[in-house]
Amino acid sequence: MKKNTLEAAQVRSRIYYIGSFLAVGIFAFLFAFPLYWIITGAFKTGQDINSATPVWWPSEWTMDNFERLMSKRSAPVFDFTIFGYTIAGPTVPAAFRWLLNTVFMAVVSMLITCLTAAMAGYVLAKKRFWGRTILFSLIVCAMALPKQVILIPLLREMNSLGLYDNIWAVIFPIVGWPFGVFLMKQFSEGIPTEMVEASRIDGASEWRTFTDVMFPMIKPGVGALAIFTFINSWNDYFMQLIMLTSSKNLTISLGIATMQGEASTDYGLLMAGSALASVPIIIVFLIFQKYFTKGITMGAVKG
Amino acid sequence: MPNKTVSIHKRSRRLMARETVSSYLFLAPFMVFFVMFVLYPMIMCVYTSFFDATMGRDDIFVGFDNYVELFNDSVFRKALLNTLIIVLVSVPVTCAFSLWIASAISKMPVAATSAFRCIFYLPVVTGSVAVTMVWRWMFNNYYGIFNYIGKDVLGVLDKNINWLGDSRYALGCIILILLTTSVGQPIVLYVSALDNVDKSLVEAAEVDGANAMQAFWRIKWPQMMPTTLYILVITTINSFQCFALIQLLTSGGPNHSTMTIMYYIYYNAFKLYRYGYGNAMGVILAIIIAILSAIQFRAGQER
Amino acid sequence: MKRLTTLLIAMAMVLSLAACTPSSPEETESSNTPTPSTAATEATDDMVTAATEITLWTYPIGNWGTQDTVDALMADFEAATGIKVTVEYLNYTDGDDKVNTAIEAGAAPDLIMEGPERLVANWGDKGLMVDLSDLLDDTDIAEINAAALTACYSTDGACYEYPVVMTAHCMAINKTVFEAAGAMGYLNEETHTWNSVEDFVAAIQAVYEYTGSTVGAIYCGGQGGDQGTRALVNNLCGGTFTNAEHTAYTWDSAENIEALELLLSMDGIDFDASIVGGDEIQLFYNGTLKVAFCWNIAQQLDPNTAGTGAGMTGTGDEILFMAFPSDDTPQLCGGIWGFGIFDNGDDAKIEAAKTFIKYMCDSEATADAVTAANYFAVRDTAEGTDLSGIWADNEIMNEYNVLMPMLGDYYQVTSGWAEARTAWWNMLQAVGSGTDVTAAVADYAAQANAAAAG
Repeated sequence: MKKNTLEAAQVRSRIYYIGSFLAVGIFAFLFAFPLYWIITGAFKTGQDINSATPVWWPSEWTMDNFERLMSKRSAPVFDFTIFGYTIAGPTVPAAFRWLLNTVFMAVVSMLITCLTAAMAGYVLAKKRFWGRTILFSLIVCAMALPKQVILIPLLREMNSLGLYDNIWAVIFPIVGWPFGVFLMKQFSEGIPTEMVEASRIDGASEWRTFTDVMFPMIKPGVGALAIFTFINSWNDYFMQLIMLTSSKNLTISLGIATMQGEASTDYGLLMAGSALASVPIIIVFLIFQKYFTKGITMGAVKG
Repeated sequence: MPNKTVSIHKRSRRLMARETVSSYLFLAPFMVFFVMFVLYPMIMCVYTSFFDATMGRDDIFVGFDNYVELFNDSVFRKALLNTLIIVLVSVPVTCAFSLWIASAISKMPVAATSAFRCIFYLPVVTGSVAVTMVWRWMFNNYYGIFNYIGKDVLGVLDKNINWLGDSRYALGCIILILLTTSVGQPIVLYVSALDNVDKSLVEAAEVDGANAMQAFWRIKWPQMMPTTLYILVITTINSFQCFALIQLLTSGGPNHSTMTIMYYIYYNAFKLYRYGYGNAMGVILAIIIAILSAIQFRAGQER
Repeated sequence: MKRLTTLLIAMAMVLSLAACTPSSPEETESSNTPTPSTAATEATDDMVTAATEITLWTYPIGNWGTQDTVDALMADFEAATGIKVTVEYLNYTDGDDKVNTAIEAGAAPDLIMEGPERLVANWGDKGLMVDLSDLLDDTDIAEINAAALTACYSTDGACYEYPVVMTAHCMAINKTVFEAAGAMGYLNEETHTWNSVEDFVAAIQAVYEYTGSTVGAIYCGGQGGDQGTRALVNNLCGGTFTNAEHTAYTWDSAENIEALELLLSMDGIDFDASIVGGDEIQLFYNGTLKVAFCWNIAQQLDPNTAGTGAGMTGTGDEILFMAFPSDDTPQLCGGIWGFGIFDNGDDAKIEAAKTFIKYMCDSEATADAVTAANYFAVRDTAEGTDLSGIWADNEIMNEYNVLMPMLGDYYQVTSGWAEARTAWWNMLQAVGSGTDVTAAVADYAAQANAAAAG
């Protein structure tokens, strides 16, 4: 009798298991589909892309879309101005330059954000000082504020700082965005206070305590924040649209947008560009995935 | 006796003063960016909301006129309502859906878990612009995949539905796409949270004859509360800030059925050049979000 | 080592900030008043020497959006004048936002290429453009198409755009399908006109019965390609979009309401708020829609991405361009493109920009500028060069010429234009979602008129 119910329960859980596997599988398909469509679309011919019935698999693989992407615009591979002299690199397809710009922007905002946020998060979590509560509430409020709201004042400010149409105009607001600090504070709170105090009693300076004791322990959190910032800045289309104008300063997603023709949309070009823009970031995500899942959970769960 | 308390008080004050100086040194790098590129524009935004500001002429002080007009603006009320609908639907659904996916995939073999986790994170990584474009195609009135499956494959639709062009469905479509781009992180979090649940408690409960459901709600759920709260806060903020989707898919239409406050701000500022009015809306939105986050945080701290 | 890198990053940060801070907003604002900088500009005022570097932003007007073509034009210009032009390319999706933010940031380009609806009615109206009247002598005024030139003048008599090319916007039909549906009898293939409004309705019904699906879409997802929907509605029952003086919007007239109700009643026509003009063209190309309301010569000449050749859809059907249906002479919406100069307060740059306009619009080089745009020149001669023969050996262009006399009033210069456009597509959406036509039209036209009144 007991054995029977046990078996029945096992069968039930087996069925449930298979059922949920199927359901999850269907959803997973839906989630992966856009990416599949972009990547195959990048290699489809104009006929396939504009077809009125869905073409699931390219009837013929072509590099035309990428060729158009590469030949339509060109820009120097790098350029900077020192004492009034402009030094420019050799001319390359603009898509390369845009990709470089985007990587530079994402990496630099990632590095600066991680450093400033880790430092700020550490003291907000572990130190008691005047103005702490007010400061933290301010940070939480600012985090809730939609970015579009501050765009126009920010734009005027960037211009008076001489940063309009400069990649730094995109980087600085990302660094100033308080989400990183919030995350690092949550994360640092999970580190035992005794460890910090022990280090201080041993006579280590505040800075040493931070770099030698605190930083190694919050490393997974910093890793998570790094990927977060990287992905967010990569995809922060709106800020880029407002702040950047010159061809040579554009990011990849902006650049692709400007290559659109007068009236009809060149979907092949768009797909090729999107594939080019999303593949690097997916690779970054896959490589650092472990860090990411570990870091993000520790911060949230223990917060 | 009173003497002693005073001295302790004095010492802690001195300690606090020292901590304050060093803490602000740590905070300084972040604060520079925060104050310059978030706080200052925020203050400017509040300031401008009291002006009739537009392109090509000096701002005119109008006091609270913008705010008065706001409350008589039927499109603004509609936008407020739509925004609240988006938040009220997407937040609980995101939580429930990601919890379901997480608990289903966490029972699977490790490789399957991490593969699914990755797939569900893909839309976040791929970037809203590219993914949105594919969704737009999927919802297409004439040859989109939803109409294709609904009409030609399953036969449940007798004629094509103009998903994004029909005021009855457009908001639903937006919410669906928003869900796909926002469940990635919650799933990652829930999977780890489920891993971290104290196994011995669950086993003990099972020995005591609790079924899977009871074990989940009585044992696991309370332990995952911090994660859930974190997810709630992040998802709420994200849903409020949903903008790119609207801009790329519907521009607030049809007939304002997908108009959100975020988009209405943009619409006023960049299509109608009413900066002051847009800023007033931003202030109201920020206040609403701040109040909501404060409530959520309070709730979190009480637990 | 690790600590060293961290330290370096921190230092770099502090340095970069230190470099920025001296010019904080308040300081620059106040430093605008002291004399040194103004004295410098005053000095140059007397003997205005043209700057050697200017910027030009262009919308994708024919090949003016193609870098190779534009680079060649700019190289010729630099060789002739020594002025280097940096070109940036805009698109119609977010180009306006980009220009508007640049204006807000005080970083507008020196030159911009687009039509009077932006240069005159929008930025000119807001006092941001330079008056170009001094570039136009009597010969120029005589040479340039009068309607095109009038459109470039604002109500206060200033000229904010020097026109270079023009076209008429029209519609197109899928001739192959129309033939199969037996609907070709409702129109005149030679003159590219419909026999009557009644025949247009009958033709659409015939194609609808033949294909069983939507024939044409009143796209209203945004402002893209809205000249098509405007022209369709205005022509159907003889309505107008603005009054003759271009001071008020008249699309709440009985004629326009009648036209909208007629469109609503047609089986083959759908109001579609999920697409804009560009999407409509794509749907027309792939054979989904059988008529396109967002059409002009550039599309007719475009050898589409499916590679089937100009004048063909991606499915190989033949495309016939048509005037809009009307019981009178159709009034086609004009497209006029030219250059305008933003007043950035730098006389040297304005001077250089004027040299540029003179070179592109009124010299031997004008032919190249026109060819690049893929449209018709606004004048037959420029400084003695004959421009009438530019498209002589292009058959499609010659055929398209039959539409040019139907060019109607260029009303896109009415003030509050940007707001009125927005109100227009919002009105179409309201009508399409079942709002009472009279109420919706009255509501949104009132918004447009409020903007026109300033």
